[in-house]
Amino acid sequence: MTTIGNNGVAASKTNTQPLWLLAEVTYRCPLHCAFCYNPTDYDKHTQNELTTEQWIQALRDARKMGALQLGISGGEPLLRDDIEDIVREARQLGYYSNLITSGVGLTEKRIQEFKEGGLDHIQLSMHDITEEINNFITNTKTFELKKKVAAMIKGHGYPMVLNVVIHRYNIGHIKEILEMAEALGADYVELANTQYYGWSLINRSQLMPTKEQIDHAEMITNEFRQKVGNKMKIFFVVPDYFSDRPKKCMNGWGEVFMIVTANGDVLPCHSARVLPGMAFPNVREHGLEWAWKESPAFNKYRGDDWMKEPCRSCPEKEKDLGGCRCQAFLLSGDAESADPVCTLSPNHHLIEKAIEDAKNPQLQAQPIVFRNDKNSRRIAAGEAPELVKEFHALP
Amino acid sequence: MTTSVNPADIYSLARHYRFQWEEAQQCYVLLFPEGMIKLNGGAGEVIKRVDGSKTVSDIVAELQQAFPDAPDIESDILAMLQLALEKAWLEKRN
Ligand code: SF4
Ligand code: SF4
Repeated sequence: MTTIGNNGVAASKTNTQPLWLLAEVTYRCPLHCAFCYNPTDYDKHTQNELTTEQWIQALRDARKMGALQLGISGGEPLLRDDIEDIVREARQLGYYSNLITSGVGLTEKRIQEFKEGGLDHIQLSMHDITEEINNFITNTKTFELKKKVAAMIKGHGYPMVLNVVIHRYNIGHIKEILEMAEALGADYVELANTQYYGWSLINRSQLMPTKEQIDHAEMITNEFRQKVGNKMKIFFVVPDYFSDRPKKCMNGWGEVFMIVTANGDVLPCHSARVLPGMAFPNVREHGLEWAWKESPAFNKYRGDDWMKEPCRSCPEKEKDLGGCRCQAFLLSGDAESADPVCTLSPNHHLIEKAIEDAKNPQLQAQPIVFRNDKNSRRIAAGEAPELVKEFHALP
Repeated sequence: MTTSVNPADIYSLARHYRFQWEEAQQCYVLLFPEGMIKLNGGAGEVIKRVDGSKTVSDIVAELQQAFPDAPDIESDILAMLQLALEKAWLEKRN
């Protein structure tokens, strides 16, 4: 038996079927979350979104290759008016489908159609128990709306999956957040510590909690888990900056995950486009099968042939495959080096520095750069070099 | 916390779980929010029979008949159901 999941045991190494297909159907979003992991230059991909027909073709092709789990995400997927069509097709093809939403745009009429079309579950993002933090971190007034949407999801008999991104502003409220989730009748709660990519990376010093806060949050989570048992499953996604080994990113490059982005790029992980010298396939030009099996991009970091020391001769390399290529590149400028999270990496000091920076009151007090079109254009045009100078790959 | 499986128990798949045959993988799978399980041949045959009306002993009898050459499968079946129950893939119906 093989368990495969965001939180599960690794897939077997020989399995190179894209079991998970993530459709990032649009980068447009009414929210402006400070921790958004979308690319900082997303704005340039908002003009040429795939059509409904192109999405349906992608779903069919991926299903033929063995894809089973479908995530429909973004941006905010509900900004497209064809999600109903995509959902219906997904069900007919035999996917287990999941709509990943901020809740904005979910109406009684739409949820009814999703239900009839066979959408399997809805993952709703929540941010805090306080209106103040919710509205601050998303830079929108969405607090009341989210509660209404949660009730709507429950009311239609959907399993309720709440995703809460954890950062300095809400980490002190874990217990209250879990109580709220329980009161809303959540079946699954993901406490996802912020991972630092895209917008969250440039806001890192403002968002990162301390090690003590994280340990405390984990303790509270464990206590809560004991109390609720199987009724509400709680996942605590450990923040890799505070561990001594990296995560096995995406369960391995080109092992089980395939992402198709709004403009049709096919990626092995969300942020792969930051890597230098990579030409990612696009569904407008290539079939998904070629993209997955043959494309140079998907083969580049598959397995461990690409590794250099210390990973190459490391006895633990099977366990984490050297960590995240994007993180290695963003922080060190070398995509083939060990993920700096690893204490064996010669670049580990970069992580230590980031943790120190996050304790620096001056850096903490810098204004947050919210994810919005204007900021995205500024960053892409090179007009905000001070935001990105520390990181590689951003213009 | 979880009770153990008894012959008279009736189970169904937990709410929101889907069980299906996968051509591409040549196996049965269980699908649920945030995850999936590939079931090996034996496990797939057991879960396939969990339908909210058969008792555990019905399932054992059926499998013994379907696989007459397999020795002592009863304990394997019970262990499989026990595991499935602990993982909350199943819900007790009686
Ligand atoms: S993290 Fe926030 S801003 Fe980014 S896509 Fe999700 S809802 Fe939109
Ligand atoms: S040296 Fe490389 S392979 Fe070894 S544990 Fe660190 S990141 Fe993983």
